[in-house]
Amino acid sequence: MNIHTNRRAFLSGLIVAVALPGLARAQQKSGAAAFFNELPEGSGELSANAFIRIAPDNTVTVLIKHIEFGQGPYTGLTTLVAEEMDADWSQMRAAAAPADVEKYANLAFGMQGTGGSTAMANSFMQMRKAGAGARAMLIAAAAERFGVPADQITIDKGIVSAGGQSATFGELAEAAAQQTAPEDPPVKDPAQFRLIGTDLPKVDSSAKTDGSAQFTLDVYRDGMLTAVVAHPPKFGAKAASFDDSAALQVAGVQKVAQVPTGVAVYADNTYAALKGRDALEIEWDEAEAETRSSDAMIEEWTAAAKAGGKWEITKSGDVEAALEGAEVVEATYVFPYLAHTPMEPLDAVVELRDGEAEVWMGSQMQTGDQGTIAKILGVENVRLHTMLAGGSFGRRATPDSHFAAEAAEVAKANGKGAVKLMWTREDDVQGGYYRPLTVHHMRAALDDQGGIKAWDHGIATQSVIMGTPFEAMLQGGPDSTAFEGANELHYAMANHRLRWAQMESPVPTLWWRSVGHTHTGFAVECFIDELLEKAGKDPIEGRLALMGEDHPRERAVLQRVAEMADQSGDYGYGVAVVKSFGSYVAQIAEIEDRGGIPHVRRVWCAVDCGLAVNPNVVRAQMEGGIGYGLSAALYSEVTLDEGGLIRQRNWDSYRILRLPEMPAIEVAIIASAEAPTGVGEPGTPPIAPAIANAWRRMTGNAYRRLPIIPVA
Amino acid sequence: MTISFTVNGEERSVDVDPDTPLLWVLRDELRLTGTKFGCGIAQCGACTVHLDGSPRRSCVTPVSMVEGSDITTIEGLSGPEAEAVQAAWRAIDVPQCGYCQSGQVMSATALLQQVSSPSDEDIDNAMAGNICRCATYVRIRQAIHDAARTLEG
Ligand code: FES
Ligand code: FES
Repeated sequence: MNIHTNRRAFLSGLIVAVALPGLARAQQKSGAAAFFNELPEGSGELSANAFIRIAPDNTVTVLIKHIEFGQGPYTGLTTLVAEEMDADWSQMRAAAAPADVEKYANLAFGMQGTGGSTAMANSFMQMRKAGAGARAMLIAAAAERFGVPADQITIDKGIVSAGGQSATFGELAEAAAQQTAPEDPPVKDPAQFRLIGTDLPKVDSSAKTDGSAQFTLDVYRDGMLTAVVAHPPKFGAKAASFDDSAALQVAGVQKVAQVPTGVAVYADNTYAALKGRDALEIEWDEAEAETRSSDAMIEEWTAAAKAGGKWEITKSGDVEAALEGAEVVEATYVFPYLAHTPMEPLDAVVELRDGEAEVWMGSQMQTGDQGTIAKILGVENVRLHTMLAGGSFGRRATPDSHFAAEAAEVAKANGKGAVKLMWTREDDVQGGYYRPLTVHHMRAALDDQGGIKAWDHGIATQSVIMGTPFEAMLQGGPDSTAFEGANELHYAMANHRLRWAQMESPVPTLWWRSVGHTHTGFAVECFIDELLEKAGKDPIEGRLALMGEDHPRERAVLQRVAEMADQSGDYGYGVAVVKSFGSYVAQIAEIEDRGGIPHVRRVWCAVDCGLAVNPNVVRAQMEGGIGYGLSAALYSEVTLDEGGLIRQRNWDSYRILRLPEMPAIEVAIIASAEAPTGVGEPGTPPIAPAIANAWRRMTGNAYRRLPIIPVA
Repeated sequence: MTISFTVNGEERSVDVDPDTPLLWVLRDELRLTGTKFGCGIAQCGACTVHLDGSPRRSCVTPVSMVEGSDITTIEGLSGPEAEAVQAAWRAIDVPQCGYCQSGQVMSATALLQQVSSPSDEDIDNAMAGNICRCATYVRIRQAIHDAARTLEG
């Protein structure tokens, strides 16, 4: 058994309970919820509900239950509240809600956490209701103060008035706090929206421009030690023995201790901890380690993708019969392990006191992380502060809470006091929890009109959920994150089969910005493009014809992006359209052949995410999603060498996109009255296939293995 | 060993291992946490400070090298170029997660101090060493052009 499964087994009892209904009870009993949300006596503040604080200084603070790491919930959810309150945007503030599943669960998950681009979607009505409730309390207070009936009171830009009288929210806060919160306050008709749908300035841009924004790494507690952990050089290895004599000689090093994930070095400052870690001598037990190289794995995965695997996900018609005797087009697509490398490496501060702990962390799965820490430390109360995080892209949302567990183990081995655990970039690049290495094998045949007669698709990849505490949610079914985007296609096909071969490795895997769509989007959109070319069809018209009338939103983004794109240059052009997380995105890339490799000059992007609460944030997420997808398309991969050592260490060898390589981007948002869907992830999947399609149509060569430009 | 230098206009002395990177002195000793750690090997620029007026990766600068030097961090950044850069950053909401942005602002300000009206190529050269994992590059480029226009008046 390797280190990761051990830890999972240890934690699973707890977290499975957490992931299932009834969890709220368990958490409340643990006392984790008790800490927060009480205002200081006599502060004169109105705590209208779990989400809104109105202070006498007239600021309105919205408590955001979702972690902010750039995708914009601080601004987006605050907008919903401000809209319903008719507040002035300048009086609005955002702050992290405490970790408290009773009040702050993600309504899509049943526990507190962020992922799947759900922050806006699950909060849309909840936050509007919260704002409407606060508004009703303010109006009731104003009615008393002004001596007029409530229905004569209006609110405009944060000023409550009736007749000649008026008051600010701040002036009414104390009186409003005495009113009863309405059960189910009415919300505005969307036709009345004044803030939603506009480019309000983001609430966090200023602090993120002058260095004052506080991230976990910026937390310093009195007497705090800094710890780093020496991790095994291969996945599945563990520390057999170690010699810490040299490490303990390093000035500033206070302690060395073995923890389940390796050997921890504690020091007075970061540099001493790093120097101490370098001085450790560790014998690793590699009996259970992954020793296969990436190349060997790709060979095995390819064979499995061809064979199909045990999970038959989609079956319509009879693919085998339809392919029989037909001219079969085949393609194999290979995707490497990918690290997320968020800008801020993983970090946490744990302060252990008598019977309780306080934790600062960019937690993306607060409920699981909080419960895990409580269990390991054996304390009832864990007060978890969700800090701003320097990116995540999925990395901070771990079903096994492995990082929270390591932070807790490190704190436990130290005893009372505060410890900051920091991963270096090397820990991050070599630390696993990767987007899984994946191979797709596709076969298809066309009919006489160039339609798709048969489409046979095999995917070989590890599950990111099976074997973790989240597995219970699958209820015995397959892990759809392995093949999402390949099972229900927006193209008509007479016979369709999708099979998934679940692969095994000690290399821990995790969702990575847009999850299964990172590879299914590429395989489907590249393969369809090849088939259309073979059938002599235009990539846009051909796609529209295969979509028919059943996919109006896919059609609309595709038509829109085709209108926007200026394809008149002497360059290559390629298109892709992917629906993910309820949003529809089409992109066209313009590429130039620079010495045999593609340089991406411009990208046009059309997105339908339902109602765009803040169009500027939507555009920013498309830009960022495209840049993130470009890194992976062009440069990034984690490779295991023969024997299982990881080749990449840092951003020198795990290459990502830099400013000169960023294309110009134009984004169009489809006007929509549908409920909002996510934008954090859906910008990523189409860019890689758009580039590959552009290159193939320009040069005749198809990229079927990513990255396009391997570094090491 | 005691090392003395000026940070944001203030004389500071620290007693640390002379090999300690300036980054960790700024953060751990002086609690100037606006300067960030991203890679530790001069790959990402998150730790960029101004050393005697030039941008410098503090993660690979041993503190012993800055004896007697004048250091500016994001907390002490001032002057017309800095103000123009930060105003442009806010005006078009450049930051996403924000973690790289201290370094971006330090590099962009240094660029405008050198070249008042930078071309796209100047921007490419000056900013290639600053990684933004959120890929806010489109807006970084635009904000630098916007700031240059403000400075021209
Ligand atoms: S931390 Fe210094 S360049 Fe990355
Ligand atoms: S804003 Fe997140 S890394 Fe640049």
